[in-house]
Amino acid sequence: MKICVLVKEVPDAAVEKRIDPSTGRLDRSGEKNLNPFDTHAIEAAMQLKEGGALAVDEVVAVTMGPSTATRALQKAVSLGADRSVHLSDDALAGSDVNGTGYALAKVLEAEAPDLVLLGQQSDDGECYTIGAVVADHLAMPSLTQVIKIDVEDGALRCERQAEYGYDTVMVELPAVISVGDAINEPRYPSLKAIMGAKKKPLDAKSAADVGIDPSRVGYDNARAHCTDFAAPPAKEPGQIIEDEDTNETVEKIVAWLDERKLLA
Amino acid sequence: MSAILVYALHYDGAFNKNSLGAVSEGAKLASELGTECHAIVVGEGVSDELASSLGNYGASKVYRVEGPEGLAQPVVDAMAAAIEAGGHSYALFGGGLLGFEIGAGLAARLDAGVCMEVTNVRVEDGKLVAERPILQDSQISSVHYRSKVGVIIGRLNAFEINETGGTATVEDLAVEFRPHSLKAKMVSRGEQRGADVNIEDADVLVAGGRGLGKKEGFDMLEELAGALGGAVAATRAVVDAGWYSYSAQIGQTGKTVAPKLYLAAGISGAIQHKVGMQASENIVAINKDSNAPIFEFSDLGIVGDLNKIVPKLTEAVKAKKS
Amino acid sequence: MSAAPSQFPPPVDSAKEFVGPPTDPEDERIEVGVAIVGGGQAGLACAIRLLQLLQDDEALTERLGEVPVAVIEKGRVAGAHQLSGGVMNPSAIRTLLPDDDSWPHWGEVSKETVYFCTKRRAIPLKPTPPPFRNHGNYVVSVAELNRWLGEKAEELGAYILSETAGHKLLVENGTVVGVRTGDKGRDKSGGEKSNFEPGSDVIAKATVLAEGCWGHLTGAALKALDLAPKDPQVWALGVKEVWEVPKAFDKIVHTLGWPLRWGAKWQEFGGSWIYGMNREGETPKVSIGFVTGLDYTDARLSVHDVLQEFKQHPLVRKILEGGERKAWGAKAIPEGGYWAMPTLHAPGMVIAGDAGGMVNVPKLKGIHYAIESGRLAAETIYEQLKQGSTDFSAYERKVHGSQMGKELYESRNMKQPFSKGLIVGGAITNAMVVTKGRFPGGHWATHRDAEAPLTLTDRHKRYPKPDGKYTFDKLSGVFLTGNATRDDAPSHIRIQQRVPREVAEGWAWMCPAGVYELPEDAPEQGMVDLIVNPSNCVQCGAITAKGGRLTPPEGGDGPVYQIT
Repeated sequence: MKICVLVKEVPDAAVEKRIDPSTGRLDRSGEKNLNPFDTHAIEAAMQLKEGGALAVDEVVAVTMGPSTATRALQKAVSLGADRSVHLSDDALAGSDVNGTGYALAKVLEAEAPDLVLLGQQSDDGECYTIGAVVADHLAMPSLTQVIKIDVEDGALRCERQAEYGYDTVMVELPAVISVGDAINEPRYPSLKAIMGAKKKPLDAKSAADVGIDPSRVGYDNARAHCTDFAAPPAKEPGQIIEDEDTNETVEKIVAWLDERKLLA
Repeated sequence: MSAILVYALHYDGAFNKNSLGAVSEGAKLASELGTECHAIVVGEGVSDELASSLGNYGASKVYRVEGPEGLAQPVVDAMAAAIEAGGHSYALFGGGLLGFEIGAGLAARLDAGVCMEVTNVRVEDGKLVAERPILQDSQISSVHYRSKVGVIIGRLNAFEINETGGTATVEDLAVEFRPHSLKAKMVSRGEQRGADVNIEDADVLVAGGRGLGKKEGFDMLEELAGALGGAVAATRAVVDAGWYSYSAQIGQTGKTVAPKLYLAAGISGAIQHKVGMQASENIVAINKDSNAPIFEFSDLGIVGDLNKIVPKLTEAVKAKKS
Repeated sequence: MSAAPSQFPPPVDSAKEFVGPPTDPEDERIEVGVAIVGGGQAGLACAIRLLQLLQDDEALTERLGEVPVAVIEKGRVAGAHQLSGGVMNPSAIRTLLPDDDSWPHWGEVSKETVYFCTKRRAIPLKPTPPPFRNHGNYVVSVAELNRWLGEKAEELGAYILSETAGHKLLVENGTVVGVRTGDKGRDKSGGEKSNFEPGSDVIAKATVLAEGCWGHLTGAALKALDLAPKDPQVWALGVKEVWEVPKAFDKIVHTLGWPLRWGAKWQEFGGSWIYGMNREGETPKVSIGFVTGLDYTDARLSVHDVLQEFKQHPLVRKILEGGERKAWGAKAIPEGGYWAMPTLHAPGMVIAGDAGGMVNVPKLKGIHYAIESGRLAAETIYEQLKQGSTDFSAYERKVHGSQMGKELYESRNMKQPFSKGLIVGGAITNAMVVTKGRFPGGHWATHRDAEAPLTLTDRHKRYPKPDGKYTFDKLSGVFLTGNATRDDAPSHIRIQQRVPREVAEGWAWMCPAGVYELPEDAPEQGMVDLIVNPSNCVQCGAITAKGGRLTPPEGGDGPVYQIT
């Protein structure tokens, strides 16, 4: 059985994030790191492999990104993936959620996994949905924000917190599952694993290699464009009350709250 | 101009607040565009009464589909079918998990542009433009759709509910679900796990910091939170000191929240805490130090002794509500 | 009332805890050729030089095994914990990499001034005092330079093991045989969390300690292997900000005087730097910082706040007004000079860079010394390993016989006169510079920073209230460094927690990151219970100087400096 883990390199949390005024896109230069949410997905894959309930032959880290994304793959491998696949192509630059999900689905199709795991969101982009896009293309059942996975008769019993409380859902394989960060505590790579990561196989693939239709990817073909970056409307300066007569102060607070319908 | 289709989530005979907000928003935008707002409900044995009640929020037609509840992929199939038949230009969702999942799946199915965490939608040249905050809410970007259908997924509590007193016709739509949509089966839904209140979903948070002075300070915050109908949160400093549980920690190394009301008691407002709650709609701060940084970004700041103010505030809130 | 931190030593026995034999079973130990602890300028220069020499030496390369050179770096990446003014003398890097001049810098120094400051005036010292003549030198960001060196080292084949702390020095039968790396995944009480990963014994034929200003293993090695210098090491603390400015600033400036006090009783030795950072295609920036020797006696002296105060000087306002702060950071710098340099070698081991005290104090230059010492270390290690020897004493001779060694000797007594106050001290030091150290000669001893008795004053009343735009509090700076250390990690700071108020306040004001605090209800006099917030720590090292002891936290923790 094969598990593919989708990973992404994102600007390091310490790097100041800003929009590059010349391109209108997130400035992705500067230090990058493996998306912290993806470490939970890799850990989930490793726990399934080590748990033994599913006969997992290999865990494959898959990413779509520029040449620097190999670092994210190396980190994924040091955390336990057996090999990695790097989809990289200039034609993919600037793809939106729609295009990215399509491209990832194509590279996954080529791998034919039994389970696809990914982190529920990425530190940049601030989307929570790639899993659902990929799953529709792959025609696989999908859940996001899963915080517990158990294996039952070759299917996955998943828990997640939805609008009304905790849901338990049985999902047949093959499936696409996005995991929340509450699902596990990722392991630290051992020094041996870090040093050995460079030796694990890394397959580089171009868009053409996996049959991606160029008219569906890239910035110019994006189905939605982000433009006009503006500062949010300035917040009105707040009011300050110096408490002298507490009864009076409290009355003012209650009136303030009531005005804003916060006491419904 | 083709209609807007809004997804309405229901459970146990009632619609989700965010869905009602989305329907209201859809109706508002539809009227600006000179078109209609339709809603779609997927469930098992949805009553006429329930479905048509969406007319009160501005929907003129409600598609009713018989199908599994609480799962996204059958709804993707349903909405795709409705849009194929009805030619809608926009699919609109209120905030929440299912909205994300359905909206994203639908974007894939229809090869459509999608935007999530939308806080505002405006009409420009007869089209809808979605606005969403980015980079930790430091900027707002506008999103223009370049596809036949545009998918708009709102942020939690972004759209206001508005009752119009209108009526809606209910149209039953038969949908053939894709095989993969039926491979996830709900085993149990909506389980409440009392002890862990999820502070990320609370509308009201009462948060405590070092200024409380001691662990017992949280007792009075819990009472205030109870009176306001909210939950209790804490800063890293007091969690470190063992005064409250880590699951309630807000900040750079804790949770990020955006409730309607964030009441901070005894919290200085250092940036490590601020980044976890700065998107709160209304920020009220109580601190005895007039120089505390929190007063620079609170909407209402009270300089005073929280030990005097909080208990009285709790009484006053209870009185007002009763 | 006064008390010295040295009267309340931290609960630690570094020789016992951090030096010892390997403990992993033999087949689990990781073997490398040369282990370099510290991915700073000295460590990477050493790695680069070694790999250059090994390129032409197949036989030795094979003997060193699969991983001939490993660099153990506790920061997120090599460069994450690097901070300096800084102005670099390019000689060393050009010697190291004669064919590649593409190392990043922010302009060659053309104009420079030294000012003596009062609260409102800035009096230029003419002619520029000799230690401050920087023509031919370059403004650099060591965080940035370090990343460039790291790439070069990796291109040559170095394994840079970032997010890995050097926890224990491995010694067997009097010979250093490697380093044990730190554990990961411990909880607050030191227990093992579910994802606990123990460190590993890294066995090496040669170990280089290039840990920088407060070397953890270095400190332990000095005690355990009897390498201690004649005089105790002393440090200064530097707090720095990088600003984007509307108008390019095209010179470098140093200042003495205000806001530091020149009387002997304060022992406030230091000053500021203001360096224009200009590069084509980039918004003009300015690096500004304040450095103060840590043997001061005022418990309420805070170098961070002195920097904020200093920014209010009209000279500085003119330069920074209209600009935006982009970075903040802090780091200690060794100031003991020649007499505080330890023995730089032991069987199987050498000490390079700041860890070996190689900083020219009057010039405040250490970057090129670090690179030079790393290069010399590599050459000795290469020569000796070729012969199958682990005797690296030749390295020490090379260091002291080099131009760098000569300069260190000449300036050996140049900080000490300032214990007599700025005026007298300044005069004496100038005499030393002019006579190249021959006057007054001899050995002017220094005392440990922690021995300086601390007194409470009202110094803190003069610090500006942070406005969040021009002046800042400590925590906002910590946030800017990208420090997101795990909250439930064990505290990595060894310190006495029940101490007199003077000592507690001394630490609280000293620490630029707000790690130490006093409880609100602490008594005005007498013993207090110190609060320690280890997750704020940016690992500057000042606490090691002033009575506590920093140990490396979990690898990867701490700041991620980019442009400091």
